[in-house]
Amino acid sequence: MTSHRLPTGGRLDRSRRVEFSFDGKQLAGHPGDTLASALLANGQRLMARSFKYHRPRGVVTAGSAEPNALMTIGREGRTEPNTRATMVELYQGLEAHSQNRWPSLDHDIGALNGLLSRFLGAGFYYKTFMWPASFWEKVYEPIIRRAAGLGRATTLQDPDRYEKTWAHCDLLVIGAGAAGLAAALTAARAGASVVLADEGMELGGGLLSDPAAWPQLTEILAELATLNVRLLPRTTVFGWYDGNVFGAVERVQKHLAAPSPDAPVERLWRIAARQAVLATGAEERPQVFAGNDIPGIMTASATASYLHRQAVAPGQRTTILTQGPAGFALAAQMEALGLEVAALVSLGDGPSWQGKAPLIRGIPGKAIGGKSLKALQIEGGARIEADAIAMSGGFSPVIHLACHRGTRPVWSDARQAFLAPVEQEGLLIAGAAAGLSGHAACLGDGAARATAALARIGLRATPAFGPAPEDTIAQPPLGALGKTKGKKFVDYQNDVHARDLILAAAEGYADAELAKRYTTSGMATDQGKLGNINAAAILAKARGTTIAEVGLTTFRPFYTPVSFGALAGTSRGHDFQPVRRSPLHGWAESLGAEFVETGLWYRSAWFPRAGETGWRQSVDREVLTVRRAAGLCDVSTLGKIEIFGADAAEFLNRIYSNGFAKLPVGRARYGLMLREDGFIYDDGTTSRLGEDHFYMTTTTALAAGVMTHLEFCAQALWPDLDVRLASATDQWAQMAVAGPMARQILQRIVDTDLSNEAFPFMAAREVPLKCGITGRLFRISFSGELAYELAVPAGYGEAVAAAIMTAGAPEGICAYGSEALAVLRIEKGHVTHAEINGTVVPADLGMGKMVSTVKPDFIGKHLLDREGLTDPARPQLVGVVPLDPAMPLRTGSHVLAKGAEATLENDQGYLTSSAHSPHLGHSIALALVAGGSQRHGEEVVVWDGLNDAAIPARLTSPVFIDPKNEKLHA
Amino acid sequence: MASLIPCPHCGPRPKEEFTVRGAALPRPAPNAPVAEWQAHVYLRENPRGDYAEHWHHSGGCRRWLVVNRNTATHAVHSVTDAAGERP
Amino acid sequence: MRYSALSVLLNGLTGKAPAPAWRSPAPKAEYDVVIVGGGGHGLATAYYLAKEFGITNVAVLEKGYVGSGNIGRNTTIIRSNYLLPGNNPFYELSMKLWEGLEQDFNFNAMVSQRGVVNLIHSDAQRDAYRRRGNAMRLHGVDAEILDREAVRKILPFLDFDNARFPIKGAIRQRRGGTVRHDAVAWGYARGASARGVDIIPHCEVTAIRQHNGSVTEVETSRGTIRCKRLALATAGHSGITAAMVGITLPIETHALQAYVSEGLKPFIDTVVTFGAGHFYLSQSDKGGLVFGGDIEGYNSYAQRGNLANIEHVAEAGVAMIPALSRVRVLRAWAGVMDMSMDGSPIIDKTHLPNLYLNAGWCYGGFKATPASGLCFAHLIAKDAPHEVARAFRLDRFARGYLIDEKGQGAQPNLH
Ligand SMILES: Cc1cc2nc3c(=O)[nH]c(=O)nc-3n(C[C@H](O)[C@H](O)[C@H](O)COP(=O)(O)OP(=O)(O)OC[C@H]3O[C@@H](n4cnc5c(N)ncnc54)[C@H](O)[C@@H]3O)c2cc1C
Ligand SMILES: [Zn+2]
Repeated sequence: MTSHRLPTGGRLDRSRRVEFSFDGKQLAGHPGDTLASALLANGQRLMARSFKYHRPRGVVTAGSAEPNALMTIGREGRTEPNTRATMVELYQGLEAHSQNRWPSLDHDIGALNGLLSRFLGAGFYYKTFMWPASFWEKVYEPIIRRAAGLGRATTLQDPDRYEKTWAHCDLLVIGAGAAGLAAALTAARAGASVVLADEGMELGGGLLSDPAAWPQLTEILAELATLNVRLLPRTTVFGWYDGNVFGAVERVQKHLAAPSPDAPVERLWRIAARQAVLATGAEERPQVFAGNDIPGIMTASATASYLHRQAVAPGQRTTILTQGPAGFALAAQMEALGLEVAALVSLGDGPSWQGKAPLIRGIPGKAIGGKSLKALQIEGGARIEADAIAMSGGFSPVIHLACHRGTRPVWSDARQAFLAPVEQEGLLIAGAAAGLSGHAACLGDGAARATAALARIGLRATPAFGPAPEDTIAQPPLGALGKTKGKKFVDYQNDVHARDLILAAAEGYADAELAKRYTTSGMATDQGKLGNINAAAILAKARGTTIAEVGLTTFRPFYTPVSFGALAGTSRGHDFQPVRRSPLHGWAESLGAEFVETGLWYRSAWFPRAGETGWRQSVDREVLTVRRAAGLCDVSTLGKIEIFGADAAEFLNRIYSNGFAKLPVGRARYGLMLREDGFIYDDGTTSRLGEDHFYMTTTTALAAGVMTHLEFCAQALWPDLDVRLASATDQWAQMAVAGPMARQILQRIVDTDLSNEAFPFMAAREVPLKCGITGRLFRISFSGELAYELAVPAGYGEAVAAAIMTAGAPEGICAYGSEALAVLRIEKGHVTHAEINGTVVPADLGMGKMVSTVKPDFIGKHLLDREGLTDPARPQLVGVVPLDPAMPLRTGSHVLAKGAEATLENDQGYLTSSAHSPHLGHSIALALVAGGSQRHGEEVVVWDGLNDAAIPARLTSPVFIDPKNEKLHA
Repeated sequence: MASLIPCPHCGPRPKEEFTVRGAALPRPAPNAPVAEWQAHVYLRENPRGDYAEHWHHSGGCRRWLVVNRNTATHAVHSVTDAAGERP
Repeated sequence: MRYSALSVLLNGLTGKAPAPAWRSPAPKAEYDVVIVGGGGHGLATAYYLAKEFGITNVAVLEKGYVGSGNIGRNTTIIRSNYLLPGNNPFYELSMKLWEGLEQDFNFNAMVSQRGVVNLIHSDAQRDAYRRRGNAMRLHGVDAEILDREAVRKILPFLDFDNARFPIKGAIRQRRGGTVRHDAVAWGYARGASARGVDIIPHCEVTAIRQHNGSVTEVETSRGTIRCKRLALATAGHSGITAAMVGITLPIETHALQAYVSEGLKPFIDTVVTFGAGHFYLSQSDKGGLVFGGDIEGYNSYAQRGNLANIEHVAEAGVAMIPALSRVRVLRAWAGVMDMSMDGSPIIDKTHLPNLYLNAGWCYGGFKATPASGLCFAHLIAKDAPHEVARAFRLDRFARGYLIDEKGQGAQPNLH
């Protein structure tokens, strides 16, 4: 038995001991304890240090609004800073550490800040640290940053799992106190599908702090267990989003000593609710008086919670400060338990009092103590020796979620609180969250609201409880109390006290939102759950206006903080995004390919062979082999789209800038697709396989984009055209077979005449393969060689590729990857998205002739003639070669006129692509250079300031090999 | 934006299955004056209130839709197929 | 009152409340210049009008509290790592102004140049950043390309081992960094007010009246105010204010969310952006990790976003820094932004001779605040564009002189 644990009572399993440690000290509690209650039971009241002044702090609440008792829990990759001890269920072996103190919680040097506090008032940063000018970044800021934050995050990998799920229900009930339970029961009895979520470890809310209500609670829970209700304890609903979707986090295994690797530690719920009842209760307001932060001072409801749930007495002698009846009730309960109440200090009239403790009408002046409370000085009155204070400043309904979608809270004179409209689309508010008080009244209200919610969706329910009168009258928020000197804390964690707010108002930051930003009141991890209402009252007084006029700052998600882990779910590490593999992946792998990420794809980049020492060596070999003999490259990642329909030709004619209407069956054509603004969107070849059937290829990057674009054009722009589209990217394995020997090799595989006459350049047909399947063969070339692309059904891809390799072995065919492909296309001056960068028009790339002047319409036609798109100074595609063949050209270098100073004004363009050409034996590049098409032969400087390089070079034609296209047509 | 969009073909589906393109504007006639094309491509009424937009059910039926919704409240009033009544 | 070490000391000792940071006058009947929008750009414009051009009979009309728009909602990143010649000198001027700002307006906005690191995950990305870095260097802006090992040295806990998209390097601008956003609004408001400008919050402009082809007055929630010149700096609400004079803009309004974690002891000392997903991160002087991702994607005037986006952002965050998994996100908020059709801003005259427009800042106008204020003030005072803002013309869309850094074309949700 530890010092503060009562001999009986509580919702604890006293038969079992749970060992844990705090700052290395070994302690024990019981199942049913929170970390906070277990610490209190062990007499550990000093739990934390505040942010700015490093003031000693204990716990002030027993729930999720806790601003003070934040600790670092767990170890290594499971380390969690800033964890509210009030929300952590005790488990065997739990390790907790205090934060923001050095060298120890008891002796913290940072507390010296408190001595300077008169200079460190609100907003002091903004007015200081400016002299001398250079000192801000070198001296002041590093010091400030070192003091930042409370806990330290781990830098290690998290060993645990997370997951996400959806739930759909007729009614979501948020909060399982009296109102929420009544709502859930009412709805479930009516046959509705119900989700009941509560952040607590046990369902019951405020009923848990009232032993008299326990039998009824047990009964309700037992009945709910038999109905269509998903009970989600340990689940915090953190946000209300459009479409009545709520975000929630379930702490599935956070309370277990050894989380099972087969289950998540946290689960993110997106709950799509037809209707919701918000029954989140009310938060008790602290009283704002000098020294109100000394360990030992907590709210009355927290005191009651620790007493009844965990049988922990917060002190030996408790003084109760109350405004309204809450403190009277607590005093009676404590005395009934045989605990000493030093005094009952009531601000106004309360109910009659027959207890032992003296009843004092007055207000607190100052609490006295350091790391632990010693006494309370009544303003203008007696000093009361006490080691604990329970305070009640009235209640604020918890309306956060109801205000997440733009609704502003409104001040209610009747309730003396800010309320959200009780009826909103999709959401009703019930019980204490609507300003009501008393269990019976809340049960009745919850039942009534659930009935109303179901009526909105056409379901009939009978309230499980009838209406009942309330048991207290609303209390006004207090603001700051008393004239006694000393810091009266409003925002505990951020150390904002009443005077900070008064000064902020005097300096012109009187608007609630400005005061918050200037003083940081309400910006701590509790988001002002306790303090904002008192801040509003203080600002109202400072401004000489009403609290209604001042208002509250905006409520926003998250109701309480949510881990990145829960929000990320399973998407982490290598599973961040799915992997796409080409149908030829296995084939490439068997040849030892190196792969490279290209979007979601893995593409074979090069195929190293024994003895090759670097990628360049492999790539050079592949390029030369293609140019001399033949190679096979996997081009399956190109987008492939099947286009059918009587109007398919007309459709393509409107999609491409060049003509497609007259493309003969059996032929392929290279096409340019523009955006409506005239700039090039994508390019590729499209083949006519039948009168009403085309096969389009797109670039890898825009496969999905082009498909979407075509669908838009077909469905939204020209629904009258008879055209049907199907993405076939994954259906076909496609391989380029390129090189002077390509024909003779392919002829061994393909069962059709491939002679130049029978299958000329740009022929495109379905062809039988000797193995018995049908493929699609296109005589197109990206490399500039005699080349074909052969598409076969994806499942046959690897077998066909292997067969071609075998067939080409006598000629020395090689597999080549995307790197060699890039070199080959640069040598040939073919463009990719490096050149088609979203800001070029066809003429920039020397493709002006591909813009039809006869078609009445195509996408991009109408804005192509604008001044800016026809300006002769526009960048145009050129080739670049270094004057000194030993010098490498780097992509991303800029082009300067020879002799020009390196300034932005003199910038002539930039290198879009570059490669070492093994064929030419030196570096080559493509570039977009102002007026470039007229500048072939000009000497320029290739400027790469990032590498301190300025390389003399010459602009050339962008075609480095076979300018007459003899190889293509061979 | 509504978390669920009622696709006329698939029923209410999570918003993440859809891709938005922007204002649902009729494409000018091919012979429309260039100023009309400039306005079509670049200028937007951008109202605070009701707005018709093109959305694509890209993770579903792949139909283009016209979504009528409110840019201030995110309420969705109606969703129709962009091709009109045809498909 | 000038802030100095002495004034802070004296106030501390005497316990006296310092004077209001800016005056709270009632609106006058008429001003030489009325600026609509008390965000960063509107306030900076007023400040420079008064300070650089001697025009002090100026009012800034703000519908909410001072700084209630995007100036107080952004993720505070400043940088001048722009690619295109239309942008680059403008943003570099802004960076230079940031570097002298605190001394200039005697307010500590905590300009913190601790670097901006953009991660590289592919060769194509490296090429694109080399192009950008060289464009910056050509204009004398600092830029460097880091290889993988250099990145590991400064950010050792990124995922170097099991990443879906391996980190191959980064581009860094050391002079980039962060600034305390609210303080920028307050500093400019204070500086402008001290020079005679009237800062008038809770004053919404509801109509703009013209006579003989000129603007004459604005109707506001605090009465009618006459003006000789009218300047619109209403960011995400530009579509609404421009419509008051019949202008349809090349702008859509979109919401962008931002997030902050619980306060942590120093975790990361630079701004870092993920190159394989939408995520960027920095740590504030208070300790919160400030981060964000992409815009919501649909037109919106609601200053809030949705759950899917935070999920995307968190996924990318954990992919980049696995240890974030146990860090908790404290708060999400959103601002509505003026997304232009090419992703670049507009600072220009309009078809009305005394109406000026400042808009189209997308998600990147915070860093622009000082230069935008200076250039807009120049335009209003001299009726001619400032040299570095010449490209930000309204007619560039019609004429085809787009400033499209991303090459995405006329679709704002892709910029
Ligand atoms: C989440 C988020 C993150 C961002 N992150 C960055 C970043 O890291 N770096 C960066 O450079 N930029 C960032 N930005 C962009 C940047 O914040 C904006 O581009 C910039 O603040 C816009 O200029 P402003 O400050 O003048 O706008 P605002 O502060 O929005 O000012 C416009 C003002 O006009 C007022 N107004 C509107 N209509 C009226 C009317 N009729 N009458 C009176 N007043 C009116 C508004 O209330 C508002 O206060 C971000 C934006 C957001 C939303
Ligand atoms: Zn659908």
